[in-house]
Amino acid sequence: MIDPKEPKYSKSHEWVRYDGDDVVIGISDYAQESLGDLVFVNLPEVDDELTVGEALGDVESVKAVSDIISPVSGKVTEINEALLDSPEMINEDPYDAWFVKVTDVQETEDLLSADEYDEFVKEEEA
Amino acid sequence: MEKKTPLYETHVKYGGKMVPFGGFILPVQYETGIKKEHMAVRTAAGLFDVSHMGEILVSGPDSLKYLNYVLTNDFTDMEDWQARYSPMCNENGGTVDDLIVYKRGDNDYFVVVNAANTEKDYNWMCSHVPEGCDVKLVNDSDNWCQLALQGPKSPEILAKIAAPESIPEVYYTAIFNGKVGDIDCVVSRTGYTGEDGFEIYSAAENAPALWEMILKAGEEFGILPCGLGARDTLRMEAAMPLYGNDMDDTVSPKTAGLGFAVKMDKDDFIGKDALVADQPLARRRVGIKVTGRGIVREHCDVYRDGEVIGHTTSGTFLPYLGGSYAMAIVDSSKREIGAPVQVDVRGRMVDAEQVKLPFYKRSK
Repeated sequence: MIDPKEPKYSKSHEWVRYDGDDVVIGISDYAQESLGDLVFVNLPEVDDELTVGEALGDVESVKAVSDIISPVSGKVTEINEALLDSPEMINEDPYDAWFVKVTDVQETEDLLSADEYDEFVKEEEA
Repeated sequence: MEKKTPLYETHVKYGGKMVPFGGFILPVQYETGIKKEHMAVRTAAGLFDVSHMGEILVSGPDSLKYLNYVLTNDFTDMEDWQARYSPMCNENGGTVDDLIVYKRGDNDYFVVVNAANTEKDYNWMCSHVPEGCDVKLVNDSDNWCQLALQGPKSPEILAKIAAPESIPEVYYTAIFNGKVGDIDCVVSRTGYTGEDGFEIYSAAENAPALWEMILKAGEEFGILPCGLGARDTLRMEAAMPLYGNDMDDTVSPKTAGLGFAVKMDKDDFIGKDALVADQPLARRRVGIKVTGRGIVREHCDVYRDGEVIGHTTSGTFLPYLGGSYAMAIVDSSKREIGAPVQVDVRGRMVDAEQVKLPFYKRSK
């Protein structure tokens, strides 16, 4: 169980947690709440190169499809295959339901702290 | 600027996620989410605000003749209190809208049309009154609210708050002078979910009281307020076409699978010549069941043996069946139940199979 205060956040609503030199990426509670019941997840493959600011995969709710934007550039070492069969895990616990683990991180977009992200969401909602 | 239904404040109070739809602002879902709302309707009951639907009154001595001319179904043998579904066609056989006609009495019909089409339909109907045809048309939409109580527990719920004489027993009939609680209502045994249930019409100002009363009566049965999201997945599972997706001004009702409501043997009606010319049908509707991985939505090309045979018109993940399904319009010659197809989902080919419609049919 991860404390939502721990990871950093992108403005496109992904969370990023450092695990040594590698990073783990998921989507925020606000993101899963806004998307609604998720029914499908598309993930990259192991060894894929991710580029900061580009889609690493997508999630689909009953109503719509949304890209997951990679907050870093780097190489995928692991994907959370459990999400492919059970996308509802993301709705149930978005901080446990990580998407990908990335190594050789080259570049990272400016990430927000949990408090800054809360502020950002409030502004976006207003 | 979108209109608010008489239940706008109620939706906000119940946590509805409000979105624009068909010129109105309506809840796409409540806090429980689309999947739970969908399942509530399949297993217990759900309550929908469908006040955005339009109501057009048809009266005058030539009403029956007029309806038989402007609509594709045949209303000749209709009894009072009956409801009858019908497409409305243009001269090319395309679909202007689909609607429900209620007969309240001789020369007195109540026509319910799709929200976004209310003005279009009213104008179409007014401008297609044949010369010498004595009929009066009134767009009465703003005066009505409509709630849909849907699901297997609906009859038990309604029986708690309405006397038996206010509850229609037969599918596609209505009671026009009914009462729910002490509120005057039209109670119709119809719906858009594939389940048993009722559509209840009343004066717009009664909407909040009616909504609260039905939810309270349904509480012990597990009723949930439901939004447009669940309305869409439920109608798709039951393969009920949605105007604007599955048919439009360029798609004939026969192509869209609505041939049962097009009576080719009656006298002249708008679109008849074009429909006669399109026999056998060049294109037909078919079900698509995704066998690969992916969600197929509308406007995706469908391939068979490497060749485009048509496109999807509606599709998503269907909660009760627990899979990805779509409806498509394809070349009749390539339409074959059981045949494998591929669907182009944003550049990715997803394996699928042609299947019979509806995807879901309730057990009686």
